[in-house]
Amino acid sequence: MNIVLRLAWRNLWRHARRTWLTIGAMVFSNTLLVFMISFQFSMYGLMIDNTLQVFSGHMQVQAPEYKDDQKMRQVVPGVQPLAAQLRKEFDSDTIAARGWAFGLASSEERSYGIGIYGVEPEFEPRVSNIPGLIEDGRFFEQNDAMEIVIGEVLARNLRIGVGDELTILGSGLDGSFAAAVVVVVGVFESGVKDIDRNIAEMPLGTFQDVFYMNGAGHQVVIMAPTLDDAPALQSNVAAFLPDGLVVHSWDVLQPGLKQAIQADISSAFFMYGILVILVAFSVLNTQLMSVLERTHEFGVVMALGMKPGRLGRLVMLETALMGLLGFVLGAAAGALLTYWFTVNGLSYPGMEEMAANFNLPGRVYPQVSILKTVFGPAVVFLFTLLAAIYPAWRLRSLHPVEAMRTN
Amino acid sequence: MRMLPVLSRLAWRYLWRNHRRTIVMLGAISVGAWAMIFMTALTRGMVDQMIADGISVIPGHVQIHNPDYLDDPSVSNRIALTDTELTQRFGDAGFDAWASRVRVPAVITSERESRGVTLLGIDPDAERTFSFVDYDAVDGRFLEDPEDNGVVIGAKLADTLETEVGKRIVLMSQDPDNDIADRGFRVVGLFHANMEVYEETYAFVGKRTAQKMLRIGDTVSEVVFVGDDYRDVEPVFQKVSAAVDDSVKVSRWTEVDTYLGTMLGVMDGFVLIWVIVIFLALSFGLVNTLVMAVFERVREIGLMLALGMKPMSILGQIIIESMMLLAVGLLIGDVLAYVTVKPLESGIDISIVAKGMEMFGASSILYPKLYMDDVILSNVVVLVLGFLASLSPAWRASRYEPVEAITKV
Repeated sequence: MNIVLRLAWRNLWRHARRTWLTIGAMVFSNTLLVFMISFQFSMYGLMIDNTLQVFSGHMQVQAPEYKDDQKMRQVVPGVQPLAAQLRKEFDSDTIAARGWAFGLASSEERSYGIGIYGVEPEFEPRVSNIPGLIEDGRFFEQNDAMEIVIGEVLARNLRIGVGDELTILGSGLDGSFAAAVVVVVGVFESGVKDIDRNIAEMPLGTFQDVFYMNGAGHQVVIMAPTLDDAPALQSNVAAFLPDGLVVHSWDVLQPGLKQAIQADISSAFFMYGILVILVAFSVLNTQLMSVLERTHEFGVVMALGMKPGRLGRLVMLETALMGLLGFVLGAAAGALLTYWFTVNGLSYPGMEEMAANFNLPGRVYPQVSILKTVFGPAVVFLFTLLAAIYPAWRLRSLHPVEAMRTN
Repeated sequence: MRMLPVLSRLAWRYLWRNHRRTIVMLGAISVGAWAMIFMTALTRGMVDQMIADGISVIPGHVQIHNPDYLDDPSVSNRIALTDTELTQRFGDAGFDAWASRVRVPAVITSERESRGVTLLGIDPDAERTFSFVDYDAVDGRFLEDPEDNGVVIGAKLADTLETEVGKRIVLMSQDPDNDIADRGFRVVGLFHANMEVYEETYAFVGKRTAQKMLRIGDTVSEVVFVGDDYRDVEPVFQKVSAAVDDSVKVSRWTEVDTYLGTMLGVMDGFVLIWVIVIFLALSFGLVNTLVMAVFERVREIGLMLALGMKPMSILGQIIIESMMLLAVGLLIGDVLAYVTVKPLESGIDISIVAKGMEMFGASSILYPKLYMDDVILSNVVVLVLGFLASLSPAWRASRYEPVEAITKV
């Protein structure tokens, strides 16, 4: 073993308790960082997945102004052939066409204004989780069936159930009066009240007839195999599209989602920053003490010919060893803690109410990953080294004779 | 006890004997204390604003409804008492502010588009003080009285409907017999709100006008009450409950909006956890400092013991040293927090993430709030836990065998 390394290692254990306390600060912060970062990013992943699976998908083809205005006349012409073309071109069946209209839904007893989606019965279940959330009844199968599925709260408010008739009133693409009587075949429950109260889905063919869409729709929803594949797919789709249509990514369709995550990340990283700084203070204190109390000893070795630079390296090496211990123990403890929750799940009081706002389940199972495990401890390690620079740098101005006189 | 002045003096001097160490430790404590209070002020500000906004939309601290209304907000589920009776009961009962209102789902239609909205039939004067709409900031004018024939909608909704002040729209809902109830209105004003979703959701008309349109005579959907303090709504709740019978349901705002109600509790928990986490991160350094301080003066401690100082006094002296260190650090941290939060109290613009904040239910301007309670809580927690953390090194110091300690090199 290198002599400086051996020296550094031995020096560390001259004050074993102090060293352990300093390492303890690192382990504490690292454990917390690993766990919090894993938990936080698992939440974001869930939030994104769950939100996108409801309606937005990873991207959507729309008329340029539709995103901001959502008006009836901002259509994608020939939406079903376009979706079919896209499916063929990109060899993917997670692409589906949709139309959207506002309408008044009336049962015998009640009327409510709702948003009505026209969807492709065959492909919608591959881009959205709503068809899979049907609690009662079934999803429709025929593209021209006079059928509809509605949210659970809406069904309750309208006082109807599966098998009952619902009258839809609205205005068609050309502004004319649109009306239809459809049968409720399914009731879905997403758990998000706004969706369960305000949304209904009917087959796209029926939708186009009722609202005089003339073959047009409002969006083509596209799911990439994973979120990471989305940007590449998006540029391919953009190149493929005819003029007059655009493709928007999920963060443009759901600006709130990305910003909520950004806001959360910035406040969380402020807190992590504070933790790291506190550890750095702790290291600074320890190393400063350890340098000061060895002034005499350093004077002796310098008189024997050791260069101040080498002494500085010795102090840095001691710090690095300490930091490395903190890194390994903290990362391991953090990963274990996270793993425990991966198995058992994590929930806290109030989480369910908050989670419902963000399309989240009431219990979260954070995932352990190398990056999330290493990131926090690596930053702590870096700051540990930075904190030792001052004590190490002080050694440069040490004079052997004066140093030996101090006691 | 009479040793206290001497011990304090000793402790203070010891503290400055190794001034570098003390200064580094003070730095750590100040940064920790600052972060505790600063972060708390930010979250408090955000939650306060969220709740204030949320309550102004609910609105009020306590509401009464037909027992079925909250689940099924239909025109059929009205309050059994007439508006005149309600006025008699609550008019002179000494509430800070209260109002009765018609609130039903409706469809609003312009020449170009239709949307679903919540139709609010209100008495504009009664709600002026607690409405989320600033009457004076409305484009056009706000409603003038319960008989007003105009409608006031959100600016965002007007965009979507492609309508504007002076144009006509149709509001459509249903009457208690399930027949369509509709009526044309002239848009007299467009309101602005902190959150876009409010501007899309609400349409205000006069209460009497709404009652006529819905053919519900002199009845209303809800009565709302505002008290002094949203954190303590029990007095209002009790008073309202006493004035009504079982035919209506009295609810606190925490029950009407469970998300907001939960936030309040979650945030209190967050503040405590945050303070404790910071303290734990600090505690390693604190204990370390004390261990060092004891270690480097073992001989002196031995000498003092040999000269007849009581072990308890040694213990006391170390603890006083620790408390002084913490107190000075906390003081610096508190002052730092004060001078950083105060200039920000006029609001931090975070509209760059406005849509995201809307998901949390918060608006895009953050007003940090420094609460004395939070400052006291963080200081007390640090001092109490700091005291506990110092016990072990102090105990150790007081247990030295004088002869051994003196001869230790």
